[in-house]
Amino acid sequence: MSEPQRPLPRADEFDTREFWAGTKEKVFKYQQCNNCGAIMFYPRAVCTGCTDSDLDWKEASGRATLYTYSVVRQSYHPFFRNLVPYVVAWVDLEEGPRILTNVVGVEDVSQVEIGMALELTWEEHEDLNIPLFQPAS
Amino acid sequence: MTQSRDAAIVGIYEYPLRDVEGQISPLQMKAECAAKALADAGLNWSDVDAIYDAGEGGGMGGLTIAEYFGLNPTVIDTTNVGGSSYQFHAAHARRDIQSGKAKVALLTYGSTAHSNARAIGVGGRGGASMHPAENMDAFAGMTLISNYAMVAHRHMHEYGTTSRQLAEISVATRYHAMRNPEAVKAMEDLEFLDIRETTVDDVVNSRMIADPLHLLECCMISDGGGAVVIASADVARNCRKPPVWIIGSGEATRYPTSGGDITTSAAVVSGPQAFGDAGVTPAEMDIAMIYDSFSITVLTLLEDLGFCAKGEGGAWVEGGRLKFDRPNDGPALNTDGGGLSSNHPGMRGIFLLLEATRQLRGESTSQVGGAKLAVAHGNGGMLGSRHAAGTIILGSD
Repeated sequence: MSEPQRPLPRADEFDTREFWAGTKEKVFKYQQCNNCGAIMFYPRAVCTGCTDSDLDWKEASGRATLYTYSVVRQSYHPFFRNLVPYVVAWVDLEEGPRILTNVVGVEDVSQVEIGMALELTWEEHEDLNIPLFQPAS
Repeated sequence: MTQSRDAAIVGIYEYPLRDVEGQISPLQMKAECAAKALADAGLNWSDVDAIYDAGEGGGMGGLTIAEYFGLNPTVIDTTNVGGSSYQFHAAHARRDIQSGKAKVALLTYGSTAHSNARAIGVGGRGGASMHPAENMDAFAGMTLISNYAMVAHRHMHEYGTTSRQLAEISVATRYHAMRNPEAVKAMEDLEFLDIRETTVDDVVNSRMIADPLHLLECCMISDGGGAVVIASADVARNCRKPPVWIIGSGEATRYPTSGGDITTSAAVVSGPQAFGDAGVTPAEMDIAMIYDSFSITVLTLLEDLGFCAKGEGGAWVEGGRLKFDRPNDGPALNTDGGGLSSNHPGMRGIFLLLEATRQLRGESTSQVGGAKLAVAHGNGGMLGSRHAAGTIILGSD
């Protein structure tokens, strides 16, 4: 039997396929409306800020701040049960988008704290890459 | 007072078992509860002209239920906003009764979550999905508990809230559960260890499930069901039990946004709507039936409903304030034992209406003497991301 895998997104989901396509090149894309300036994340078909929707794709720098987190110590998921304890977090990119992700690259989960500076790192997979965050260097 | 008294809860029933050992379906449970709630009201199937259903029984929502119950309702409402569905249903039933479209409304719930061995709290959130939000979130392995835990962490960070303060909520609900024989049997049947009243120390010393939430801050996963009958004033006056009037309602939603505040829930909208509708204030509440999926859920909702200011919930709940025999300094919380210690089959909202009604009838196992006003607030979805809020204010004659 093969090792349990991290659940990966579908690359063909209508709203998010552009985002996931970007991850292949390790580019973090988000939408902003040219008309009203609203930032959209997760991606969507129509601007939620105005009805003259004119959405554009922007690239995030990867610089981010930890908004909040939890250390998961119990999971029955076949992949994540082997990963405990791991850090689930809402992370604010400096451009505005807030993403649900994992904080990695810490020796001990006790080093994680709200407000810490983070940077984007990619977990590599075959057809796309997964955006994770680590303490800023 | 301009308070409307057009629709009342006239019949209730809570399924007594939390472990049906896989021998009963949710649909069967719903039907049994419906029949007993109608009997409680002194009504019959033929009196029902409106069905409210979240669809958890399977099939085609309201149509399947209508056929199974042998009804031909002229109002069908299949709103499903998770655990808050039943607050939405009660609000809609009142609205439909006020508009003259309905006379007798039937709400039912049935779930065999425990029998199905659903790891609701720690199962991780599915695989990739064709819904865009889920397709963005699934890779992170966020369990349901860690979703709420992220609210708790931010609450602690911003306001200095402590685990000991959060534990007060678990202690109060267990205190009430120990007085409710069905809750005690639930804990026995679900094989809780060391079933007794708890202390703050017990809670904070229990195992960490997802920091900063401990085991005793998390609800149980049970089987369970219930039914509520809501009737127009003319019907209600002729029912067996005294009417419990729906005097206010509010509905709202909230979801992640750039720069959004995770410590504030949709209750900050639905609460003031409901209290304003009823013409009463949180300070007047005798009973607070607040969705206790986790300790932090209650703390956040108490603040958002206006029992205290944002960030002051921790200090506000200290010292056993929420217990039923401390009636002079705030409402009694979840006097049936709550989701934490009595009944949580996945969508708990209906039980909030049931116990609030028992209190206003004088039938609770942790009865607050002379209780006249209650708030029942349901939270559906997940507090730390997308969720719905339904607030119902109830008043006795």
